[in-house]
Amino acid sequence: MESKDLNLSIEAVGSSGFILSSEQRAALQTSLVLLQNKQKFANVFFWGKIIGGREDYYIAQGIAKDYLSERRTLYSKDCVHWGLLPRPTADTKAKAKQITGYFTGDPSYESEQKIVTLVGDEETEEIITLKEEDRLAAVVSEIDNDVAIVPRGAFVRDPTGKTYQNRVFEGLTLSEASQLYSYLHFRKAEKLLSKTLLQRSNLDKSLDFMDTIEEDIPRGCWSLQLERGGGLVTLRSLLWLGYVFYHVPGTRQYGSVYFGRGDKNIDLPFML
Amino acid sequence: MSALRSASDLSSPRFIDSQYVDEKSFLYETSSVTGLNLYDHLARVLTKILNEKPQNAADVFEDYSRNEKRPKPAPSSRNASVADEVQSKTELALAEIQEKLFSKGEGEDDIEVEDEYPIPNIMELSFFFEQAGIGLNREEMFRVGMALKNLTENHPLEHARFWGKIFGIEDNYLVAEVEYREGDEEEDEDDALEEVSEEQERQEAEENEEEDDTPKMVHRVSVVPREEMRTGANKKTYFVCNELGKPWTRLPHVTPAQIVAARKIKKFFTGRLDAPITSYPPFPGNEANYLRAQIARISAGTHISPVGFYQFDEEDVDDDDGGALPDNFIINTEFEPIPARELASSSLTSWVHHVQHILPQGRCSWWNPKEEEEGEPDSDAEEERADEPQPEVGPPLLSPLSGDADVDGMSPWTTSLSSKLVPQFAVAVVRSCLWPGAHAFAFGKIFENIYIGWGHKYSAHSFSPMQTAPVQDEYPTEPKITEVDDPTPEEEAAAREGQEEDDQDEQDDDGNYDDDDD
Repeated sequence: MESKDLNLSIEAVGSSGFILSSEQRAALQTSLVLLQNKQKFANVFFWGKIIGGREDYYIAQGIAKDYLSERRTLYSKDCVHWGLLPRPTADTKAKAKQITGYFTGDPSYESEQKIVTLVGDEETEEIITLKEEDRLAAVVSEIDNDVAIVPRGAFVRDPTGKTYQNRVFEGLTLSEASQLYSYLHFRKAEKLLSKTLLQRSNLDKSLDFMDTIEEDIPRGCWSLQLERGGGLVTLRSLLWLGYVFYHVPGTRQYGSVYFGRGDKNIDLPFML
Repeated sequence: MSALRSASDLSSPRFIDSQYVDEKSFLYETSSVTGLNLYDHLARVLTKILNEKPQNAADVFEDYSRNEKRPKPAPSSRNASVADEVQSKTELALAEIQEKLFSKGEGEDDIEVEDEYPIPNIMELSFFFEQAGIGLNREEMFRVGMALKNLTENHPLEHARFWGKIFGIEDNYLVAEVEYREGDEEEDEDDALEEVSEEQERQEAEENEEEDDTPKMVHRVSVVPREEMRTGANKKTYFVCNELGKPWTRLPHVTPAQIVAARKIKKFFTGRLDAPITSYPPFPGNEANYLRAQIARISAGTHISPVGFYQFDEEDVDDDDGGALPDNFIINTEFEPIPARELASSSLTSWVHHVQHILPQGRCSWWNPKEEEEGEPDSDAEEERADEPQPEVGPPLLSPLSGDADVDGMSPWTTSLSSKLVPQFAVAVVRSCLWPGAHAFAFGKIFENIYIGWGHKYSAHSFSPMQTAPVQDEYPTEPKITEVDDPTPEEEAAAREGQEEDDQDEQDDDGNYDDDDD
């Protein structure tokens, strides 16, 4: 959620149990402004909170200009002092997928995990270690890739390929907002290119350049609820429990936040 | 515009006119694809821009243009379109329902100060929850308070508190934990949900009785009876509703079989109480029962209070058996508030569980399955000890948190102070690692527990469902039990003839054996 309307946005996700205390809100308002200035970001977002076993991490993201380009991720333990997270490499991401368990709350902690692989009849044990900072960066990037969504029409792409916010986006209507196809994954399109030309002919090239969440596997991994009788639409991801997206139909207000332990819910198929 | 013209031509007015007309008619050309013409489109876009006067108009020009080209819904005669009507209807319906929450009850105009007000001070709790960073936002908590008040007006309750919120896929549950006034529970009419499970149990018990005559199966499982109301896992009654303002539904009591099954499965709630639960092992009940079972497990595992707040009643302590543990406590009137720093220390010695632990059997007090079959205990003491299943024991009531088992190598509870900058006035917050979403806070003499989450336990390993039983072996094929076809009449006749000839042969002493028996 954008740092400028942090207070309003947090109220919208309050029904999901995400609360920031007054101290945290005050600290964030100040520190995010300072952050934006120091790092020369065009926009700063409060990404969410990763709950650890002993202490929690607060995550913020900053964007330079193009929304779909690389974002810089920062973390803090007290909402006042922020540290830059390293960009996760493919190797780090692969390792982070193997490590289970809570984050500890100590950024320099090295998590160890024993991996037993069966090669033929022999079992080989391997111990992989990953620093908590790297694991944090990898998890944040994975969550963004898997579940970060925006309403359809909020972003446009011009013929040169640049993505920017649609200034005439008036919000989704209630009927559009109750359909999963109105929400798009905020990442480079993966499934779009494999669609047939016939399917693509209905799409608007400037708006539909991202995948919709309607085709996510497994079916039913998004929980869409209308609150306040239709005054607020809340989408919760069942794959990453703790990711919540909200939108007020008919207005430009939307945002998302993640408050969770940073663990993918791989039991999802059993639970549906 | 056309290209070169000779200088003399440009000045002539008739020429300029015709050029103007040509180009204007070009602008008026209707597109064969969309039916738009450039002139009208530009007029509309410029009108809109001049009306709205946006910043950096030159940059956003394309956005306006694109928007104008988008097919607009046909303007209806009235102001609102169908979609808007639908939206306002649902919002209106909910607002009307919630308006009832704000109506004062009858006879409340004269301010009566009752000693025993059944619901706690919701706004005070909401303030502390907010400082601790847990719970729901303020407006929601206020509505919760009003809904609880509604609940107490419609049912004879002694205590009611907000237990928490459980998320579901289609809808969420808001749960209230209540305690009925003595003797009033049986009169309550909302027994609809309860009857179903009771009938099922009765049928099962009848089936078990009918089978007594037949040879007993090896796997004879006697149904563990559920605990009485107000004891053990059924100490409190729970009401749920999907949306504040809608009527509360009472959840049925929980049976040990349901708790045992709930420990083995992991399913999302859908939000409908009558939804079936398809799982392996099959869950004995529907979503209402599963919800109740999870609520029981969460309460037993995570309801905590500062040490000393509750104490055992002096009269209830029995020393006869030595094993009978007190299961009732009262509020300690001489409770001294514990400083926040101590409550937030990671040694966890200042918090205790005040809900009984649920044994593996599914009950809080162990039930001996042998007692049902035998009317009197056997006289042979040795045999009894060998057959007697070991009683299951759990940690006693009011045991401190420091005795809880570790989760994933870490302490099962995370403690913290709500404020790092002002620790003098901070609230102590405790969070469970085993049941993520279970929180408790304490400040002075005030403390509260709440659960906000999906209703599942945390496990570092992924969930793997129970293995199905192995395929049962068939009997080994022996000729004695192998089925053979009955002999046909011809074969019987042949065999009979063979028998007679054999007899004749035996009688015949000539030794003239005729092997051929035709």
